[in-house]
Amino acid sequence: MSNLHTTEHTEQHGGSTKEIWNVTIILSVLTIVELALGFWMMKITSDATRFGFKGIIVILMLVKAFYIVAYFMHLKHEIKNMIMTIVVPLALFIWFIIAFLYDGNSYKNLRNNYDSFKKSQSEIKVEKKEAAHGESHKTAE
Amino acid sequence: MATTTVAVNQKMWGGGKSPFNIEYGKVMMWYFLMSDAFTFGAFLISYGTIRFSSNGWPDPNEVFQSFPGLGSGLPLMFVSLMTFILIVSSVTMVLAVHAGHNNDKKGVVNNLILTIVFGAAFLGCQAWEWTHLHHEGAWWGANPFLNADGTASSTNFTNYFFTITGFHGFHVLSGVVINIVMLIMTLTDTFEKRGHYLMIEKAGLYWHFVDLVWVFVFTCFYLI
Repeated sequence: MSNLHTTEHTEQHGGSTKEIWNVTIILSVLTIVELALGFWMMKITSDATRFGFKGIIVILMLVKAFYIVAYFMHLKHEIKNMIMTIVVPLALFIWFIIAFLYDGNSYKNLRNNYDSFKKSQSEIKVEKKEAAHGESHKTAE
Repeated sequence: MATTTVAVNQKMWGGGKSPFNIEYGKVMMWYFLMSDAFTFGAFLISYGTIRFSSNGWPDPNEVFQSFPGLGSGLPLMFVSLMTFILIVSSVTMVLAVHAGHNNDKKGVVNNLILTIVFGAAFLGCQAWEWTHLHHEGAWWGANPFLNADGTASSTNFTNYFFTITGFHGFHVLSGVVINIVMLIMTLTDTFEKRGHYLMIEKAGLYWHFVDLVWVFVFTCFYLI
C-alpha cells in the first residue's frame, strides 16, 4: 500500500483539459480529412492515383494513432524508459508489414505467371446477384 | 561496503520505487496492450497479405453503403458515425481519468456514464451492420459481393471482415463491462476510501487501446 502511495505522488500529471480538447480537435479534423479523401477516391479510376490516396490515408492513420497513444494514453508524459519499452518492440511491425505484404504480392505474381488456369478463372466476369432479404438464412447456414 | 547492502541473491525486482515511475498495475496494462497490439497486428497483416495475393477484391464503398432508416447508396456514412462515436467516447474517458486525478467523484461518474453510453452505442451500430450484412447473405464462408472489377470474389473478404471486426467488437464489449465495474466501484466509494483513482487510469488505457485499434480497422476495411 505504501508503494502505491509513493508512486502516485511522484507520477507526472502532464496533460491539462486544454490539451485534451486540442487533441480531440486534431483527431476529428484528421478523421474528416480521411473521409473526404475516401469520398474523393471513389471518383478516381486511375490505379496509381488511388494508390497515392491510400498512402496519404495510411499516413493520416499513423498520425491519429500517435495522438491517441501519446496524449490520450499519456505515453508522451511518461519517462523515457517506459516509452522505449513500449515503442521499441513495436518496431517489429515495420518488418512484419514489409515482409508479409511483399510475400503476398510475390505469391500473386508467381501464380499468375505459372498457373494460367487460375489466372483465367479470376478474369471471368459474373452477373451481380440481387441481394434478397428472404434468402438470407439459406445462404448463411 | 557497497556489497554488504545486497544481503540475498536477488533475482527478481522486490518492489520499492518503480523504475518506470508509474504504478505496477499500469505497467502491466501496457504490457498486456502491447501483446494485444501484436494479436491485432497479426490479424491485420494476415488480411493485407491475402489481399495483396488476390487478383481482385470487393470495393468497400459498394459493400458498406447502407444507413439505418436512410436506405442504401450512402457509402462511408455509417462507418463515419461509428468512428465519431468511438472518438467521443475516448474523449469522455480521458475526462474521467482527468477528474480522477483531481479526486472529483462527480466528474468521474458523469464521464464514465457517458463513456459507457457511447460504447454501447458503438456496439449497437456494429450489431446493426452485422445483421444487415447477414441479411444480404454475407457471413463467415459466404460472400455475396463481387470484386471491384466484376469478377467472382472468394470468401476471404467476409471471413476477415467478420473475424477482425468481431474481435474488435468483443474488445469494445469487454471495455464497456470494465467501465461498468469502474462506475460501480466509484459509486460505492471504493476509490474514495483508497485515496486515489488509479484504477480508472488502467481502464482508460484499455479503452483508448480499443479506440486505437478501431483507427486501424476502420482504415484497412472501409477506407482503402
